[in-house]
Amino acid sequence: MNTEAAPVEVIRQHLIDPEICIRCNTCEETCPVKAITHDGRNYVVDAAICNGCNACISPCPTGSIDNWRQVARTRVYSVDEQFTWDSLPAQEDLGPAGDADIPQEIARITDEASAGQGGAAAAPWSAEKPYVNLHTLAQPALATVTGNFALTAANASSDIRHLVLDFGATAFPVLEGQTIGIVPPGTDAQGRPHHVRLYSVASPREGERPGYNNVALTVKRVVADHAGQAVQGVASNYLCDLAKADTVHVVGPFGTSFLMPNHPASSLLMICTGTGSAPMRAMTERRRRRIEQKEGGELMLFFGARAAEELPYFGPLQKLQRDFIDINFAFSRVPGQPRQYVQDLIRRRGDDVARLLRDDHCYIYVCGLRGMEEGVAEAFREICRQQGMDWEALLPDLRAKGRYHLETY
Amino acid sequence: MSTINYSEIIPNNVDLAGDRALQRALEQWQPNFLKWWGDMGPEGSQNFDVYLRTAVSVEPGGWAHFDHVKMPDYRWGIFLAPSEAERKIHFGEHLGEPAWQDVPGEHRANLRRIIVTQGDTEPASVEQQRHLGLTCPSQYDLRNLFQVNVEEGRHLWAMVYLLHRYFGRDGREEAEELLQRRSGDTDNPRILGAFNEQTPDWLALFMFTYFTDRDGKFQLCALAESSFDPLARTTRFMLTEEAHHMFVGESGVARVLQRTCEVMKRLASDDSARIRAEGAIDLPTIQRYLNFHFSVTVDLFGADQSSNAATFYNAGLKGRFEERKRADDHRLQDVHYPILEAVDGHLVERQAPMLNALNEVLRDDYIKDSVSGIGRWNKVMEKAGLPHRLNVPHKAFNRKIGTLANTRVAPDGRVVSAAEWAAHEHEWLATPEDRAFVASLMGRVVEPGKFAHWIAPPNMGINKQPVDFSYVRFN
Repeated sequence: MNTEAAPVEVIRQHLIDPEICIRCNTCEETCPVKAITHDGRNYVVDAAICNGCNACISPCPTGSIDNWRQVARTRVYSVDEQFTWDSLPAQEDLGPAGDADIPQEIARITDEASAGQGGAAAAPWSAEKPYVNLHTLAQPALATVTGNFALTAANASSDIRHLVLDFGATAFPVLEGQTIGIVPPGTDAQGRPHHVRLYSVASPREGERPGYNNVALTVKRVVADHAGQAVQGVASNYLCDLAKADTVHVVGPFGTSFLMPNHPASSLLMICTGTGSAPMRAMTERRRRRIEQKEGGELMLFFGARAAEELPYFGPLQKLQRDFIDINFAFSRVPGQPRQYVQDLIRRRGDDVARLLRDDHCYIYVCGLRGMEEGVAEAFREICRQQGMDWEALLPDLRAKGRYHLETY
Repeated sequence: MSTINYSEIIPNNVDLAGDRALQRALEQWQPNFLKWWGDMGPEGSQNFDVYLRTAVSVEPGGWAHFDHVKMPDYRWGIFLAPSEAERKIHFGEHLGEPAWQDVPGEHRANLRRIIVTQGDTEPASVEQQRHLGLTCPSQYDLRNLFQVNVEEGRHLWAMVYLLHRYFGRDGREEAEELLQRRSGDTDNPRILGAFNEQTPDWLALFMFTYFTDRDGKFQLCALAESSFDPLARTTRFMLTEEAHHMFVGESGVARVLQRTCEVMKRLASDDSARIRAEGAIDLPTIQRYLNFHFSVTVDLFGADQSSNAATFYNAGLKGRFEERKRADDHRLQDVHYPILEAVDGHLVERQAPMLNALNEVLRDDYIKDSVSGIGRWNKVMEKAGLPHRLNVPHKAFNRKIGTLANTRVAPDGRVVSAAEWAAHEHEWLATPEDRAFVASLMGRVVEPGKFAHWIAPPNMGINKQPVDFSYVRFN
């Protein structure tokens, strides 16, 4: 583990947009910790006091309140500096300090995961602003295992598990689509500490169980490498074998791009295989818990696995209302049936997929094995051709608008 | 969490069910209110589904719940901000004593008068604005108008609750009269002058919500300091709603200015006739609207010297803006405050006992707050690279109330003769021609995402919705 660079602590600083704010005093009145103050010109948030409780967000009549910047803790915008502003500063490039904050190893993994779309895309405009790297490799958080359930049938060819980790009194805020890093204990054959492994959280932001400080992970026991050679995955076997009450070192959270939109009437087009379903489950569950809010928008899911027995979350997915989520399963190894992949189903649903591609409020997420990337892109290309659109022209637009997110491994 | 009970006829967080007599009285008042809303509420809109914000709790997380509702079905109710345990009176002669949970006999008449005067402005503004829906510049703006209207309705409820709950039969009669008076009616007008003026067009609405609703903010802030705890708690919650109204005004005028600047830059001209010919509102017209609304609103604070104001403060009925944040003795017996007088053709400052000058204190706080917003409007021109700026008229300009009522003062603060006033009034205050021109621009635009030519779209939608969202469904 390479940790010689002293970690620079980056925080999300809460700021108020002076161009939109009308100085109505509602936020200052609402703030339970008196972090908001004003002069004759601006309303500002004192970073030393603000605890990010968000009590001020919904009462604000203007939307100016919901602004955040990542800054080094040693260089927060002072109250006096904010008083002089006419407009918000741009997000500063934190340079080496900001980069050093995300461990190189993790930066490398995430770069590779998003390489298929040409690097990390912008997040949806209405995405909640994420916390990143609150717990570093030098100082990981300690989580306790509160559940470890098999998701696949006993006769399935793979062992996929649903793991619930509880952070107790340690703050570990995550958003759907973010990842967390697990550091397996012990050392490798050369005596070096094990590398960190990243896992997408499978639970929504309020916790696997609402109101609890916990997250769920979807972990597949690795028994072979990509080439099919027998290999015991260090981290996955460590995780799959954990028992209740065991403790785990966790770093993160990570990820600022693969995030879901929050605005009402936004739609999700989700395409995944295997454990790539973890972020899709998190987003779906987030939406399911908010059904009562009647925010509109639709959910469409393409989910591929070898067979139904190997599909994580197959049972619970079947129980969701059809008018809540449009689910399309593709099974590639069902005896006596032709092999079917997610791209085949995407083509079959071409009209609906094209409609969602055209909808600026629809956001697309692809997560799973690297091999699915090109197949999915080819299906989109074909649908676009049939519908008089140009995929090559559409893709940069989707990326610029934060509408296309790819995470493959 | 102090939740609001929506299963009852009148949603409330004041345990209305625990006081059967009060509940019955309010349930009798409710149909009259709905009839008033039907007669005097937004014209021709009763069947629209409007994307409105409704409070579901008075806690920060709970009072901004958005959904499409028909306005007559809006859940008007009675919400008090959470109570503060063992709250003490913090100004006036009762300083340090426990706040009152009931009305002391000796202050009954004054408190009733304060509450009735505040309550009267709420339905008045709905009446003033009732025709504006027919000329809205966009669905977004129409929705904002309706939100303002339903919340004014709720503020009426807030005051009526206090009247019914604490003032017995007198209070019930006053509550009825709040529904009887009509804005601009010569026989039975609303109590305060500015609330009998028309709000004839959307520029006037934006100016009204910016300036006159800000008067509401300052009055409510002063009442939120009251020793009469139910009044303080009611007004504190009203303030959170009032903020939206000022947002409508401030952002509305800014958007008008933005469109005007775009046209000025395209024409490379500030010639009013050419700008008007392009369908935008020229800056001098906007300045004259501003002068009118500012001066009329400044009058709402009352006479610059007032023994009533002194009584209200001394008795603990009404404090100053941000009373708690002030570092004086909060009794003000020996403190003085400058007020303006015209002497020999000049305005001069004279020190008056602060207790008597409290209207002036509140007016000055209000002016400071208004001026900073006008500075932000000027940023629109600055950003567009134009040298033009809007100015705040002198506080003695066009006054009809107080010592300066009979003095003619130009916007720059010079005392002028009747002849000079007459010669320049059309440059200082919106003229009938100005209003006719602005009225000529007021065509109804309701296609989602479309905006009338004279106004720029907003930066962002309501509740993170896109700007082209269907904020109003016309059915």
